[in-house]
Amino acid sequence: MSALLRATGLRKAFGAREVLRGVDVEVAGHEVVALIGASGSGKSTLLRCLGLLETIDDGQILLADEDISDPRVDGNRIRARFGAVFQSYNLFPHLSVLDNVTLASRIVHKVPKAQAEERGLALLERVGLAEHARDHPDRLSGGQQQRAAIVRAIATDPEVLLLDEITSALDPELVGEVLELVRQLAADGSTILMATHEMAFAREVAHRVVFLDGGEVLEQGPPSQLFGAPREARTREFLSRFLTP
Amino acid sequence: MTVHQPSELELDRRGYRRRRQRRSVLVAIGSTLAFALVVWLTVVNTPGWSDVQRAFFNPEIAWAALPKVWDGFLLNLQVMGLSVITVGLCALLIAVLRTLRGPVFFPLRVLAAAYTDLFRGIPFIIVLYLVGFGIPTIANARIPPVVLGVLAVTLTYSAYVSEVIRAGIEAVHPSQRLAARALGLGHGQTLRRVVLPQALRKMTPPLMNDFISMQKDVGLISILGAVDAVRAAQIFQGQTYNFTPYVVAGLLFVLLAIPTIRLTDWYTARLRAREQSGSLL
Repeated sequence: MSALLRATGLRKAFGAREVLRGVDVEVAGHEVVALIGASGSGKSTLLRCLGLLETIDDGQILLADEDISDPRVDGNRIRARFGAVFQSYNLFPHLSVLDNVTLASRIVHKVPKAQAEERGLALLERVGLAEHARDHPDRLSGGQQQRAAIVRAIATDPEVLLLDEITSALDPELVGEVLELVRQLAADGSTILMATHEMAFAREVAHRVVFLDGGEVLEQGPPSQLFGAPREARTREFLSRFLTP
Repeated sequence: MTVHQPSELELDRRGYRRRRQRRSVLVAIGSTLAFALVVWLTVVNTPGWSDVQRAFFNPEIAWAALPKVWDGFLLNLQVMGLSVITVGLCALLIAVLRTLRGPVFFPLRVLAAAYTDLFRGIPFIIVLYLVGFGIPTIANARIPPVVLGVLAVTLTYSAYVSEVIRAGIEAVHPSQRLAARALGLGHGQTLRRVVLPQALRKMTPPLMNDFISMQKDVGLISILGAVDAVRAAQIFQGQTYNFTPYVVAGLLFVLLAIPTIRLTDWYTARLRAREQSGSLL
């Protein structure tokens, strides 16, 4: 099976700090891949590099066999093919929820306003936010904001969804509603690469789990294997922190 | 749905608060009146007050000077109205030039930076002399003072305002830019749809400050020989040897500034209310 998104030998340093030290990772179409690892292991940086939100120092990124790490490709066009959701939602505070959701459709994809809003409203309806469509994001709870941010990311039918610790900033009781939405997206066949600390969720939803340690992929495999019988000592040590005593 | 009936305890508390509030208002009125009386008596009994009043606050002269000063003031208003537009456009252009990336734009970036440095440093009155007397000399033509005034004000204030805009652009959190770029918006689209609208809210107060400052400096166009409020007052002062017309002109500028200041406060409060509901803390 040819991967939809494939990165090889990815390197990225911020000044003297090497964050990614030769990462190979791939995501097949309709596959859900969970990226786990300690804080600072490079999960966020990897997602940003893949989504062309950072320039890489070395390596190659292929999206549907196209080399998107080539500086000659039009970055805006590539970024429009990804959907990204961030830990702190990053909704636009000056726009209503609906305008947040339809901005890319209208501005980047040139969809007529009425059509974009119809689809935006349908999506918001699906995630139970239709009544907040005209509100500004600050009126919403954290969970609602993050669901709106997810809708914004999927409104343009991206080929790959990059989810960067999207529940880490939420109160525990709000985590469930966001994960439920991701579960639905996964069930619908979306291609998802998500950095997460929700191990139970990763185990349940992901097809494959990648353990990132010190800027390298230390181990990867199906959740049953990685969580059930990790090969590496570092993986076992990391996972042991999430086990409830 | 039943309407909640406040308890006896709550009604008692509300009554107490109401009484306290009424008392506060009365105390404030009383203390204000007393204070005003003291100030009034002090001023009136100060030796030389009648001379000051006659020279600066002479009601008859004020009334007589008002029509002429008002006519001049209309010229100030004209220059100001036009300048608001030209300064806004030029400043936005300069600010955007300074945010452009890419080697092609290097000379434009440098030019914009040099321009802001130069025109923020140079005294406005020198710009006014250079523009007001220099340009008609070179052009060897009569140029209306309104045009010269607008040009001088625009040259100077574009530099200030562009720095305010640039600061506003930089104050928008990078995560906003990141989110916009992640959606596939280009540099210009991100600037126009995401960064500038947010920057505008952040920079309204300092922008209004510059605007008020500009309203005052428009009074300097009197040195171009244009009969504006200040010049009209000067002419009247020359005839009567009384300084009240200057006070009249000054009051007109103050009256112009006050609505601007109140409008700013109201506007920023409204934006804040719309974007952050709930707790003020």
